[in-house]
Amino acid sequence: MEKEQVEQLYKGLADSICKGSAGSHAGDVMVVGGGVSGVQASLDLAASGFKVYLVDRAPAIGGKMAQLDKTFPTNDCSI
Amino acid sequence: MDRVEGEAGEFNVTLIKKPRYIEEEKCTGCGACVEYCPIKVEDEYNQNLSLNKAIHIYFSQAVPLVTYIDAKKCSFLKNEKCAICEGICKNNAIDLCQKPEKIEVEVGAIVLSPGYEIFDPKLQGDYGYGTMQNVVTSLDYERILCSTGPYEGEIRRPSDGKHPHKIAWIQCVGSRQVNPLGGNSYCSAVCCAYTQKQVILTKDHDAQAECTIFHNDVRSFGKDFERFYQRAEKLPGIRFIRSYVSIGKEIPETKNVTLRYSTYEDGVKEEEFDLVVLSVGLNPPDDVKDLAKKFSIDLTPQGFCKTNPVNPIETSRRGIFVSGAFQGPIDIPESIVTASGADALCSQLLAYRRGELSTEREYPQERDVAGEKPRVGVFVCHCGANIGRVVNVPSVAEYASGLKNVVYAEEALFACATDTAKKIAETIREKGLNRVVVAACTPRTHEPLFRDTLREGGINPYYFEMANIREHCSWVHAREKEMATRKAKDIVRMAVARAARLEPLKEFELPVDKRALVVGGGVAGMTSALSLANQGFEVYLVERDLELGGVARKIHFTLEGLDVQAYVNGLVNKVYRHPLLHVSTDATITTVSGYVGNFTTTMKAGWMAKEIRHGIAIIATGAEEYKPTEYLYGKEDGVLTQLELGERIARGEERVIHSQCLVMIQCVGCRNEERNYCSRVCCGHSVKNALKLKEINPRMDIYILFRDMRTYGLAEDSYREAANRDVKFIRYEPESKPQVEAVEEGGHRFLRVTVADPVLGQKLEIDADLLALAAAVVPSATNAELSRFFKVPLNPDGFFQEAHVKLRPVDFAAEGVFLCGMAHYPKHIAETISQAYGAAGRAATILSKDSVTASGAVCEVKESDCVSCGVCLSVCACGAIEFRGTPQGKKAWVNSVLCEGDGLCTAKCPTGAIQLKHFTDEELVAQIDTAIGDV
Repeated sequence: MEKEQVEQLYKGLADSICKGSAGSHAGDVMVVGGGVSGVQASLDLAASGFKVYLVDRAPAIGGKMAQLDKTFPTNDCSI
Repeated sequence: MDRVEGEAGEFNVTLIKKPRYIEEEKCTGCGACVEYCPIKVEDEYNQNLSLNKAIHIYFSQAVPLVTYIDAKKCSFLKNEKCAICEGICKNNAIDLCQKPEKIEVEVGAIVLSPGYEIFDPKLQGDYGYGTMQNVVTSLDYERILCSTGPYEGEIRRPSDGKHPHKIAWIQCVGSRQVNPLGGNSYCSAVCCAYTQKQVILTKDHDAQAECTIFHNDVRSFGKDFERFYQRAEKLPGIRFIRSYVSIGKEIPETKNVTLRYSTYEDGVKEEEFDLVVLSVGLNPPDDVKDLAKKFSIDLTPQGFCKTNPVNPIETSRRGIFVSGAFQGPIDIPESIVTASGADALCSQLLAYRRGELSTEREYPQERDVAGEKPRVGVFVCHCGANIGRVVNVPSVAEYASGLKNVVYAEEALFACATDTAKKIAETIREKGLNRVVVAACTPRTHEPLFRDTLREGGINPYYFEMANIREHCSWVHAREKEMATRKAKDIVRMAVARAARLEPLKEFELPVDKRALVVGGGVAGMTSALSLANQGFEVYLVERDLELGGVARKIHFTLEGLDVQAYVNGLVNKVYRHPLLHVSTDATITTVSGYVGNFTTTMKAGWMAKEIRHGIAIIATGAEEYKPTEYLYGKEDGVLTQLELGERIARGEERVIHSQCLVMIQCVGCRNEERNYCSRVCCGHSVKNALKLKEINPRMDIYILFRDMRTYGLAEDSYREAANRDVKFIRYEPESKPQVEAVEEGGHRFLRVTVADPVLGQKLEIDADLLALAAAVVPSATNAELSRFFKVPLNPDGFFQEAHVKLRPVDFAAEGVFLCGMAHYPKHIAETISQAYGAAGRAATILSKDSVTASGAVCEVKESDCVSCGVCLSVCACGAIEFRGTPQGKKAWVNSVLCEGDGLCTAKCPTGAIQLKHFTDEELVAQIDTAIGDV
């Protein structure tokens, strides 16, 4: 996963979520679920000029793919 | 997720943010609290196979890399005892009084990507999972294999921690079943391949391991999966056994498990294994009903998201899209493709507000320091305890301050923390630093951050050098503190030596031409082109044939019941009507030049020559059906391909509809030496045609002769339906293929098909009046030429090769060129549509920008030293080097836009004429010299 991009994205998200104490936020798209598909959707949407809220119920994003050791057929590391 | 109100364009979503009991912006992920926490809990991330603490980081590479407290286990949160962590944390990041927080977010669109759950074999009961310790699921085994797993990457079994030697995998656990105990009827589509991967990895760990896979059909239908299957099958000590299995018993002394299975040769057998892995399938998310209710979307009977038949990314509610395995059981590449596709569909909906909410960062003016002597600042990071516990950080900082060119040195608890970064930027300005070294972790993750800090400090970001004293030092020398400190000093000294010689580099901003070129006017090309046009981009669509539609023109209905011709005609109409879409048919591309953002393509359309300028290109040239040379095709009237059969069914041809006996042969022209791949779509096509014929003429005898039925995913239900409707499925081995002969008896000419039936153990003769061949899908003949034009590779089978099979499935390594549809690999129409939206989504990430940035660390030729040998041209992987005429003859020249800075050419250049900026010989030699200086 393009971890660095994800981290930057996360920092942006965390900033926007943490700073708005009034509890109301405006964005373009909400992505529900931060597995590999949700993260890719968020990265692409952000790169296309949209403000994204990525929501996951786990303490960290990554979903099931983060639990995998390696992936076929290249046997690359999943993380 | 609390509730969702509003409609497309203006949704209002209320979220409840669960308390983490940590102030995220303060936590640095140092892990000190985890070490001191007295409460041990089962580690969910490791499938409960190991223990963690009540306060912990979810996993070592987690984003965000901050801790959280498991409220159900924490002593303080349960009965207000403990709070040790609060005292340990130096950053005061722990907040045990945090409460759930309500957050309201207004958005224009929603993407649902909740993923999947694995099937829980405990429900099934009969595989011993949960009662026998040495029966694990494939996800458990995934953790067992992993270096961050419960046994630190050693394969051990749960009962006694011993290395298992004989391991069995049982396929289709929870999939392809019709039983009331909770199994799924569909095929989970990923298990065959992940099992093969686990077998290969197991053999990597232990070459002596004996691995046995009990399977039904082996479904290697993905790109390159057939070869992957062969790779696993050929390993020594591997057995693929086609048999259903049941658990025998657990042996009390060894905790080994016996399995009962049967083969045609040997009948029923019972065999003992050290470890049994259940290849579990994919379920919809656990809370799917609640999710569907909150978002007001429909589900399929299986519990996946119900989607538009001609757009698998659209849910039943406008403005809500779906990506990933919530669509149904799919693999990672499809999850990525649908994610990019969801981006395209959101963009279509919200194009009018693109860029309105995002903000541009502003940096101070860059100070010109070219004339100054090097003034290096060194910041040595403790990384909490990560470095500080092993390396004596204060002494390294003190040592650094005495090095040549160093004017300032300081230690930091966390150099990457936002406040520290700010301080570094201030120090750059105050002390007049013109070079910065941060001694901390790895540039892979943190270099971009610190380069940014330099820009904030007003100097060129390439004046930054990182000394990795964590991965290269404290982590690997945890027990040798003194030596580790010495090594850290060496690493810092080397970094300072290089930093002093660093040069400022300029990154290029290249303008982006916001027009797109789509090559190929089939379903893939038309869908991509329309999506981009609907996002507001001008698109040129180029088709070789006289009319649009591609191979879909020959398909009349799908397994799901779509009227393909009506759909294609609708698509063609939309394409011609769109004001931003320009179509050229009967067109051939003649040249392509340029690079991302600035391509120029020339073509001939009919008699007209045209030149198009465009910022990106999508290759969607499709594929063709193989013309068989086997089984009397072309010699006997009654032998057809599946596409031909489909067309004749659609035409209602008497001979086909009133046929008494039809035989279908699968894998014609593929899964062989010449075409070593599975064509993916043929099993589904054959079942589709068989079902259609049974519907029209229920008395027709239909036989399908197959090797493995690869009706993956939800198509499995159609396979079962065909079997229930008395379509007869007979498996054949590749070494004893069916024989076909034309026979004339009693004035009646028919085809006699002979096949060895492994179940009956004898040869069957079937007299058929029609034979349908599931002919391979072969790549388009134009691929080789296009591959040269766009400098993008083909795979050994002649399909286009994407940048990464899993993670970049519609990108090419060459920036600005994308692919979709059957140009990539055979696929069904719905999959093609998904991928076409995916390519459009990826393309829009470039087209939506005014410019693209190219790195400054690229190669450069010193013309006077170039001897024109051309070695650099031959090794360059990005096609960035060419010869250019100079007064001194032809010399190598680097197109810095195309150069990716891999440095392959610099290693090969015999005269050192070609140098990679930022990694020059001078910089690297200085680093090496200072390393070995005191030896």
